[in-house]
Amino acid sequence: MRERNTALLVGIVILAIVLIWIDWPDNPGIHIHWDFINIDKDIRVHQGLDLQGGLQVLLEADVPEGTEIDSEAIDTAKVIVENRVNGLGVTEPLVQKRGERRIIVELPGIEDPELAIATIQETGLLEFIDAGYTFLEPGTKVETDYLAGGEEGASTEAPAEVTPVETSTVEETPAGEGTPEAEPASTAEPALVVYHTVIAGAGLEDAGVTVIQDAGSTLPVVAFELKPEAASVFAEHTASHRGQYLAIVLDKAIVSCPVIEDAIPDGKGIIRGRFTPAEAQSLAVKLRYGALPVPLRIETTRTVGPTLGQDSVRKSITAGAIGLSIVFLFMLVYYRFPGLLADLALAIYALLNFAIYKFGLPPLFGYVTLTLPGIAGFLLSTGMAVDANILIFERMKEELRAGRSLGAAIEVGFSRAWTSIRDSNISTIITCAILFYFGSTFGASMVKGFALTLIIGVLTSMFTAVTVTRTFIRFTFDAFGDSLRDKRWLLGV
Amino acid sequence: MFDIIGKRYWYFLISALFIVPGLIAMAYSTVTYDAPVRLSIDFTGGSLMVIKFQQPATEDTIRDVFMSHGFTNPVVQQLGQPEDNTWQVRMGFADVETVDKIKASLADQIGPIDEASSSFSTVGPAVGSEVTRAATVAVVIASLLVGAFIIITFRRVPNAFRYGVCAISAMAHDLLVALGFISIMGLLFNWEVDALFLTAILTVIGFSVQDKIVVFDRIRENTPKRRGEPFETIVNRSILETLHRSLATQLNAMFVMIAILLFGGASIKQFIAVMLVGMVTATYSSIFNAVPVLVAWEKGEVGRFFRRILGRKTATV
Repeated sequence: MRERNTALLVGIVILAIVLIWIDWPDNPGIHIHWDFINIDKDIRVHQGLDLQGGLQVLLEADVPEGTEIDSEAIDTAKVIVENRVNGLGVTEPLVQKRGERRIIVELPGIEDPELAIATIQETGLLEFIDAGYTFLEPGTKVETDYLAGGEEGASTEAPAEVTPVETSTVEETPAGEGTPEAEPASTAEPALVVYHTVIAGAGLEDAGVTVIQDAGSTLPVVAFELKPEAASVFAEHTASHRGQYLAIVLDKAIVSCPVIEDAIPDGKGIIRGRFTPAEAQSLAVKLRYGALPVPLRIETTRTVGPTLGQDSVRKSITAGAIGLSIVFLFMLVYYRFPGLLADLALAIYALLNFAIYKFGLPPLFGYVTLTLPGIAGFLLSTGMAVDANILIFERMKEELRAGRSLGAAIEVGFSRAWTSIRDSNISTIITCAILFYFGSTFGASMVKGFALTLIIGVLTSMFTAVTVTRTFIRFTFDAFGDSLRDKRWLLGV
Repeated sequence: MFDIIGKRYWYFLISALFIVPGLIAMAYSTVTYDAPVRLSIDFTGGSLMVIKFQQPATEDTIRDVFMSHGFTNPVVQQLGQPEDNTWQVRMGFADVETVDKIKASLADQIGPIDEASSSFSTVGPAVGSEVTRAATVAVVIASLLVGAFIIITFRRVPNAFRYGVCAISAMAHDLLVALGFISIMGLLFNWEVDALFLTAILTVIGFSVQDKIVVFDRIRENTPKRRGEPFETIVNRSILETLHRSLATQLNAMFVMIAILLFGGASIKQFIAVMLVGMVTATYSSIFNAVPVLVAWEKGEVGRFFRRILGRKTATV
């Protein structure tokens, strides 16, 4: 009994040291590179969107109600969105599939939410169309003969199979002629022109931003390189259509409409529009990772300014700290010596929770993203941890008053209070599980954050408030039991 | 021994005094706004903008800008202190481009916007109704599971079923008080129920049940020990024995919540206020509702009460 208790105490002390190391503000993380063992683990606080500001978007496949969606198409779309998001240079973005037709994207600390949304959501279908001898004003909407669905899953491979090539293109194809776009084309304006697509985005090898000098000022442009097959199509077309316009179209709208001045044999070129550097970057990102296989519609968005969250979190943390100090003080004053031990256990509880937020519980999860509701969940579970100790101490006092010896009162206090603690915590865990499920299904990430910290808190509190406190009390009773017996005021009786 | 159980009908009356105004507010709100509480865009769909200007603005000028962009009935409210120059506008569903245009007009007609302290959310109507449905299901399932859990844990006690029913009905009492509170605050100060509020409600459920379990647990323990005593005395003793714990725990929870209410960030104050009301109610209902109902049931008063109501009905027919 005594040895077991000492072993537990040593274990708790070691745990506390590890926890303090994890919680240390400038923790360097774990980086082990030794032979075939490669471990890289950052240990730091991950703040949610509401704390550090940022953008959350819920995208839904934009197809008519009831239409079956190929689950592969959503998966492909998710990968493309992920690639685009990474191209934006955000730290720790989150892209997840929600259900069968939705994708949720979270971008912490993003500075230009509008541009980010455009980068993520726009289909990003690039086409070079044969405009013949007519100049097309940038921004004009056009119809092309490119099969919209033809690029499905072709984000990286499958070159320009679309272009049946051969130079003699019809300049003014009558509307609806053999195009899959026939449905809107035939019903809309009667004189609608369907242009021939020479090359589509799938034929691109790479795209990036560069600057050119134009009339004395620098102009950001998107430079692209075609795959070999597409490049040869491009070379043929440019050779045979000199002096004609080759319009660059993005999502069926004209970006620019340059004249073919000379044949381009190497498949390299630039797209110039009226871009800001950021817009050029956004376009290059979209081109590099290909077009989305299904159009995406924005269902919900949330943007939070960075200082809005910081202000709120600073205040709430101060408030929580004030509240907790009062709780610590209350326990000390009301329960005296056991209260002091409970405060110690509570400190370990706080360290343990914060360590789990930073370190996660591998392999279950890597870290917990802290949100404002998450902090509320933590504070609430702290209340429950305190409640467990109150239950135990009240019971101990009762037993002491009933005339039991100190040692017996301690043991009875713990064992009798345990059923209450266990049953009430189980009911909280049930509610948490439902909250967590609700939160993860509906993108209500704040509800999920609350449930997660509350459930972690409830589980850890069962350890700290019961096991840790009991070990402390048994140990001090063994060591100073005789002097405690005479000073009953120290026990709060 | 202090007699709590004997005065049980007084406590039921006090509960009614708190619940009835809330019910009236909910009825009024349902007639006026189609919902017993003010629902946020999380449930109804729509858009919410928080805008911080660098200089003072007026409600009318802000409203005019939104109206000029085609929003028929924007709800404009000032947040925080007047010198914060922070405003919240709720409107119909708006896409990002429209918001961009609105921001440009606002900057144009009122003054520069502090983007870092502003926020914008929009929720599609489809998602909104899904969330509403899921929220209702979540609350109902949570209550049922917790009720079932109590019945299972107390299976060794005579009439375990009654413990489950009493805990659930006392929990419903706590929910009614909390909902009534938010409904009244919605009518008076435009407080809205959002996804976070649902969290507060579920927390109240959890806390409420936890509190009842502690008292029930003591009854479970005392019943076999004091076979000779009448049920009423055992229950009264159990309440008194757990009273210290109830008050100490409630006090500690209140310390933290009041600290957040006083010093915390604006975004969680309403959430905490609802939770505080719910928790105080939960402690009250454990001692003064759940357990007295258990006694009333034991003495056959519940059956008599229902028979009287039914009897009256048959009499009028």
